[in-house]
Formats: sequence, structure tokens, C-alpha cells
Amino acid sequence: MMLSGAEIVVRCLQEEKVEYVFGYPGGAVLFLYDELFKQDQIRHVLVRHEQAAVHAADGYARSTEKVGVALVTSGPGATNAVTGIATAYCDSIPVVIISGQVPTAAIGQDAFQEVDTVGITRPCVKHNFLVKRVEDIAPTIKKAFYLAASGRPGPVLVDIPKDITVAKCEFDYPKSISMRSYSPVSKGHQGQIKKAVQLLMEAKRPMIYAGGGAVLGNAAEQLTKLTKLLGFPITTTLMGLGGYPASDRQYLGMPGMHGTFEANMSMHFCDVLLAVGSRFDDRVIGNPAHFAEEPRKIIHIDIDPSSISKRVKVDVPIVGNIIDVLDEMIRAVEASTRRPEEDTLATWWKQVEEWRRRDCLKFKHDGEIIKPQFVVQKLWEVTNGDAFVTSDVGQHQMWAAQYYRFDKPRRWLNSGGLGTMGVGLPYAMGAQFAHPGSPVACVTGEASIQMCIQELSTCKQFRLPIKIVNLNNRYLGMVRQWQQIFHGGRYSESYMDSLPDFAKLAEAYGHVGLRIDKAGDVEGALREAFQRKNDLVFLDFQVDPTENVYPMVQGGKGLTEMILSAEDL
Amino acid sequence: MRHVISLLIENESGALSRVSGLFSARGYNIESLTVAPTEDPSLSRMTIVTTGSDEIVEQITKQLNKLVDVVKVVDISESAHIERELLLVKVRATGKDREEIKRTSDIFRGHIIDVTDASYVIELTGTQNKLDSFLGALDASLILETVRSGICGIGRGDRVLKV
Ligand SMILES: Cc1ncc(C[n+]2csc(CCOP(=O)(O)OP(=O)(O)O)c2C)c(N)n1
Repeated sequence: MMLSGAEIVVRCLQEEKVEYVFGYPGGAVLFLYDELFKQDQIRHVLVRHEQAAVHAADGYARSTEKVGVALVTSGPGATNAVTGIATAYCDSIPVVIISGQVPTAAIGQDAFQEVDTVGITRPCVKHNFLVKRVEDIAPTIKKAFYLAASGRPGPVLVDIPKDITVAKCEFDYPKSISMRSYSPVSKGHQGQIKKAVQLLMEAKRPMIYAGGGAVLGNAAEQLTKLTKLLGFPITTTLMGLGGYPASDRQYLGMPGMHGTFEANMSMHFCDVLLAVGSRFDDRVIGNPAHFAEEPRKIIHIDIDPSSISKRVKVDVPIVGNIIDVLDEMIRAVEASTRRPEEDTLATWWKQVEEWRRRDCLKFKHDGEIIKPQFVVQKLWEVTNGDAFVTSDVGQHQMWAAQYYRFDKPRRWLNSGGLGTMGVGLPYAMGAQFAHPGSPVACVTGEASIQMCIQELSTCKQFRLPIKIVNLNNRYLGMVRQWQQIFHGGRYSESYMDSLPDFAKLAEAYGHVGLRIDKAGDVEGALREAFQRKNDLVFLDFQVDPTENVYPMVQGGKGLTEMILSAEDL
Repeated sequence: MRHVISLLIENESGALSRVSGLFSARGYNIESLTVAPTEDPSLSRMTIVTTGSDEIVEQITKQLNKLVDVVKVVDISESAHIERELLLVKVRATGKDREEIKRTSDIFRGHIIDVTDASYVIELTGTQNKLDSFLGALDASLILETVRSGICGIGRGDRVLKV
């Protein structure tokens, strides 16, 4: 039977078992919207800004093992989506974005709402396509889903001119796809795995450092098993939180710029470092030259060969699917009679525990003023550590990462790579759609939340009972912190004047709003919010405006050169 | 260090900009880049001349391999290989210069492929060095225009870059 291009797109999405499409209509996608209207297998979520459509699809993907889908119109629809696409790209999140385009004959004519979407998005997608014939729609969408989810995942954009959505052809969804130019590896190299295991067994001061790849590769279980088997200390990056249970004794917290003292010291002074799906990013190891001063052997497992030996030289590179490689390593360790020498390991642990005793995350908390760290701690208690937690970007993001202890993967959603303010609420939407009965909290700041505040309207329409935890310090806090430390306290444009009354604003959108001024009221307010199972509750916590995030490694400094508290300034 | 990278890429619209965009986005050097379809019209072959430390060139090849349209990448300068570039040069050729220019062109095995009463166009292929020497041997004041293709490269012996 002959189907129109628009019907084919919708059929393809159905074939891919897509539950939700996050989107916003416009001229170039009218036929697609008409087809969505005629069916009820896929639910369309009407956001209030295309940036949020991509963020929500991205949040959906992060909190599940599925591909997120966004649909936008040509021109401004596509350009609004770019921040969302770049955010997903930087964190390797599988999202398929379908964008409308002006009719084929109008392309290049400076037509109304025409932009070169494929050109604009090229540097921030894993791949993109401009569909030129209706016959190409089905194979292209098949490829898009395959590319987005396989290998190192990432966003894939499919740009479809309006006339192609009208043209007709036979529909046949390809069962499988093979591309001669694309064949991601899966199994790691046997010899390298053997070498790695041997190094681990001989290590005197071993350390495991896992990143977002361990979470995205669904390898948390294997990572935990291997770490337990070896008995080594482990740290997980901002993107890797939940890849190993934070409440376990072997866990040292997050490394890097705002990492714990014990994680950073162990990263620096270990003699064998096992890096799992992490990329030695500048926010993690600080100055690579300083990091290289201490001799250590590095084993690096990653799906993407270009991540290996990019910023630091690696001794044993292993390219492969993390889950497969870790499985092999577990088998090799179990089969071997050798174990790391107990006394040596105990000596190392003694050192690590000494570092841990610095208790670098302690904070002064007295009187009625609300400490932002305290709010996150209480959030963790009230939700039994079991919520999906999203954040925006800034101090509140770091406090959420430091004080909410994630025991499970895919529970922590934030923009680690691009650092996009505004992701928090749409991420929470994506997570809440994917997990309807589960508690979802968005830890945000008064500045970040205003970057996608319009989505409160979407939340009302779809009755999403998200809890917004606004750590309101009246400042672009992270900017203020840097200005305090590096710019002589000249707070240039970092104070937020004329803030709205957030509780009233939430009410105006039809939600529940609470303002909390006293430390004694924090827990009660959180409990009340989570008891309201059907309401979105906006909790506007008036927190200490001068609080800073510690520990802190300044840009360009080494991991061991930490500022541990205000006294070190 | 100078490296010559050969690659096969799907002959799709936008393929060239994926490669050139990668180089500019990551701050890699491109000395020259040539591209044309192969005997299989669905594939294009590119030769890229670049400079950089070993680490950078390793990253370049890894990043190129990561592009979804790229089928194969080889650094052909890692072993014995041949490089050729095409030069077209238009020179003022009048009076006794005509003979002199013809002689120089012959020495370098150039061909005069266009003649007017006041000018020649000379075609010359060879390595970059040879083309540079030829241009150096010509009287600079006579050179009206030059155009060079950038180099094409191929491995020696039985090493082939094929799908
Ligand atoms: C879209 C965007 N613009 C600017 C920045 C730079 N930036 C990083 S943190 C920050 C301040 C965020 O303030 P707020 O949301 O109130 O969080 P706080 O740091 O106070 O917790 C800014 C402006 C950014 N990360 N993203």
C-alpha cells in the first residue's frame, strides 16, 4: 500500500516502539502532526519551547535504556532545538530529532523559516541526514535509531522537507541495518584484558575511576561486582554517579574540581588506575601535566577509541563495550588463583581512610539560616535515596552531586559536558514520563529554573507531580563564587534582582508553591511535598547566599591542590 | 611532522564538510585536501596533508574514523608511498623568454598546454618539492597565475586502500 511520507514517519516511530514524542508543531511539520493526530499508539507531549523538547527526550533517554525522540519544525524550531542537541551530544545521550524543512524546491532560496539545519547541527550530532526522497524515509529513520543507540551513543537528526512528507511510496520498515562505514566494536581485545587483570593483581595502590560510559553502557552491575571482587577503592565522576552504590564503604565520592579529598588524593597517588568509561576530562583531573607528575599505570576501557590517550597517556587501552569487557575481566579474575596482596592493599586502605577522615564535605550548620547542602541531605533522607534527581548548572548541581547519595544508575540526570542551565525541569519531565509512579526531584537555582520555567505549563497539562527544589541564593551562585575567589570580590552581574515570588508563580501555573525560610522547616516542607503524590510542588528554599562549594580545585591546578573550606581562601 | 592521510568516504552530500568541519572544530591543520569519486561512484577518496605531533595525528585518524560516513582511514605516510600534485602555471612568454621557458619546462618534464603570442600555460605533475623547484626556476616576474591541486597519495607495492 502506498503511504505518504508523513504516515511513514509515524509508522517508523511505531515500529521503533516509541512511547513519547516531545515536540512543537509548525508549518513544515503539519502533515506529520496530522498523522500523529490520527493514531494513539505514540503520545505526543507538547512542550512550551523546542529546547525543552530535546531536553525532555534526552531526560527520558537518560533515565531509561531507550532512545528519546523530539519533533520540531523548520527554521526557529530547529535553532531552538540546537542547545538541547548539543547538550545530548556532549553527554553521549541517544536522541533522535526529527525536524521539518522547507519543501525541496525552496531549499537554498532563503524561503520562509528556512535554515540549513543539517549544517547548523553537524558539529553537535553523532550524525545527521537530509531526506531527499520519500523512499529514503524508512531506511534513514532505521539508521537514525541504530546510530543513536549503538557504539558511543549520541543524538541523530533527520531533516525532512515538507514535500517529502506528502509524496507517497510503499512502506517497508527494514528489519536490520548494516553500514559499511559504521561498525562499532563490542568485544574487547583478549590480550589487553589479560594484561589489565595482571596489572590489577600486582597493584600496590589500586584505584577505580568510572564515568558516564559505565552508566550509559548499563554496566553498573558488572562494575560493582568487579570492584567488590577486587576490594579496591572506587570513585565515579559527575556523569558516573549511581554506577556504583554511593553508600558502599569502597566508594570514595566524586573526583575532580568539586570532588572529595579522598577521591582526588587516591586518583593522584594510586599506582594502577582502572578507568571505566571515563575520559580524564579537565573538570576531573585538572591540569594533565600535574596529574602526569606522579607515575602510575593506566588501564582505560572505552567504547570510543578517540577517548583513549586523548588527554593522558594510557598504558593498557581496551576498546569495547564496557559491559562485555567487565564481564570478561570478572571471569578472568574469578578464574585466576592470584589475588592482590592483602597486606599491601590494607596499607593502601589505611592511607585512603586517613584521607577520608578529613570529612571534606562537612559544613557548618547552626541557627535558622538554611544551608543548601542541608536541603539536599534532607531530600536524600526524605526520599530514601530512591528518587530520580535532576539538576541544572551551578552550585546547586554540585551540592546535589555531593550530598545525594545515588545507589542506582540512571537516577541522576544533569548536563555534565555542556553545562546547560535550563535542563533541570525538562529532564524531570522526561524522567517522570518514563517512570510515572516514581518520585522525581529537580534540584535547581533561581537563575537556572528561569531558563525553562515555561515548562511549568507542560507539567500542568500532563499532570507531572515533579518536586522542584529551588536553592534560592539570589545569586548566580557559581559565578559569584568564582568572582569571590578569582576576581577580587567584584560581583559583576551575578546578583539577581527582581526575582519573582516563585511560590506564587507556581500557583499561577496551577501548581502548589511553598516558600521556606527557616532551617527548622526544611524537612517538614519536603515531607509535605512528597506526600502530595499528584501535585507538582515548587519548594522555594531561601538559602545562605554566601555559601560556596568545597572542596575546589581551581582551573589549571592539580588534583591535590584543593581548597577545602573558606578558611583556605 | 607532516602526514598524508588517505580516506574513503561515502559519496554523500555534505561528506566533505563533515571532514573539513572536524579539522576546523578541533583546530587541526590542513595543508591540502583533495577529493573525487572513485571507480565505485558511491565512494569518494580523499587525501589530506596535515601537520602535527604523533599524538595529534593519532587523534586525527581516530576522529576521522569516528565520522559515520568514513569507511576507511590510513596514514599512508607511515610507510613507502607516492605523492603527486598537479600544477598549472600561466607565464608571460614573449621574445627570447619563450625559448627559455620552454627549455625549463622540458627539463622538468612539463607540458605547454596553451599558447598565445604572449603567454604559455604549463602543466606539471610531481611531488610538492618538484613543483616548488620548478616555480623557483622560473623568472618570478614572468609568472602571471598559478594553481595547484593539492596532493594525491597512494601506497607503494601491494598495500591497497579498498573497501
Ligand atoms: C545557558 C548557560 N548560561 C550561562 C552559564 C554559566 N553559568 C554557570 S553556573 C551559573 C549560575 C547559575 O545560577 P543558579 O541557577 O542560581 O545556581 P547557583 O549556582 O546559584 O546554585 C551560570 C550563569 C551556563 N552554565 N549555562
